[in-house]
Amino acid sequence: MVADPVPLQLAADLFPNGVSRYAVGGLLVGLGTVVIYLGTGISAGASTFLESTLSYVSGQSRFQQYVASRDWRVVFTLGIVLGAATFAATVQSGLVSSSLYQPGTTGTLYEVAGITFWSTDVQPWRLLVGGVLVGVGTRVGKGCTSGHGVCGVGSASKTSIVGVLTFLTVAIGTAQVVSALGVSP
Amino acid sequence: MSERNPLFMPLVLVGGLIFGFGLAFSHMARPEVVLNFLQFEDFGLLFVMFGGAAVSGLTFFLAPRLLDRAPLTGDGFERRLKSFDRNVLIGGAIFGVGWGLSGICPGAAYASLGTGNVTILWALAGMFVGAHLQGYWRSRATDAAPAPSGAD
Repeated sequence: MVADPVPLQLAADLFPNGVSRYAVGGLLVGLGTVVIYLGTGISAGASTFLESTLSYVSGQSRFQQYVASRDWRVVFTLGIVLGAATFAATVQSGLVSSSLYQPGTTGTLYEVAGITFWSTDVQPWRLLVGGVLVGVGTRVGKGCTSGHGVCGVGSASKTSIVGVLTFLTVAIGTAQVVSALGVSP
Repeated sequence: MSERNPLFMPLVLVGGLIFGFGLAFSHMARPEVVLNFLQFEDFGLLFVMFGGAAVSGLTFFLAPRLLDRAPLTGDGFERRLKSFDRNVLIGGAIFGVGWGLSGICPGAAYASLGTGNVTILWALAGMFVGAHLQGYWRSRATDAAPAPSGAD
């Protein structure tokens, strides 16, 4: 039996790292929000943490609306960091292996105390300048990839769908221009 | 603050753990992978966003129909939708430039730190600076304007 090579070639072009690690990761991201939602009725986004945490140290009126939720948002963010660290200590370190996980070749791996950690090669100025714009934009725009993308799109919110289309389109344009200017990584 | 169910914080922590593990497993916590997606070199990231939205969408659809109240808060499962205005477009566009330049968004940045990416602290520092800047500007604008008739 000979498989049709055209669709296979197309899939390899569009998805050079396969789709399983993305799909499994996405399902887990959804599951994390669902666990919190079913227990508490809260649909949690990640970017509000930036403002709610600032309310500990700043008296600006803008941040005071988050005083009631700031404690659990710290716990949520701590959970995200520790969950990713658990991934580093298990799958990334090779302690647990799965055919669903494609390790890839991006960035730099390094070892500390037998655990394989990972670090980005993207230049610090891009992270810093981009980070400032992400901080302004997600808060002015009422949400980020998790609040608008996972929770908002999941609840078929028109506001969130417009938000996602806006930031996705602009991000694609920006990344293509930056790449065309020869900035890498 | 009213008394919370003692399981509230542990549940939020568990949700965050699953969320962060998923971001790391998917490689969305790696700026390089996000940039490869935005440059049309690997479309796999679509499965993260739509996979996550599919799971949450199914739950948001079923929970209000099958369940009465959230056990740990007593709150209902009604949809709390964000209002649409110009800010969604302006903020979304600013976020888009930042995401396209850096390849990192807030949740992925927290997860990236967990995988050992110390360099991502540049992005996290930037995000706090950006969030503080907009909070400062908007607090001044709100404080200077006459009191609104209704809170949003």
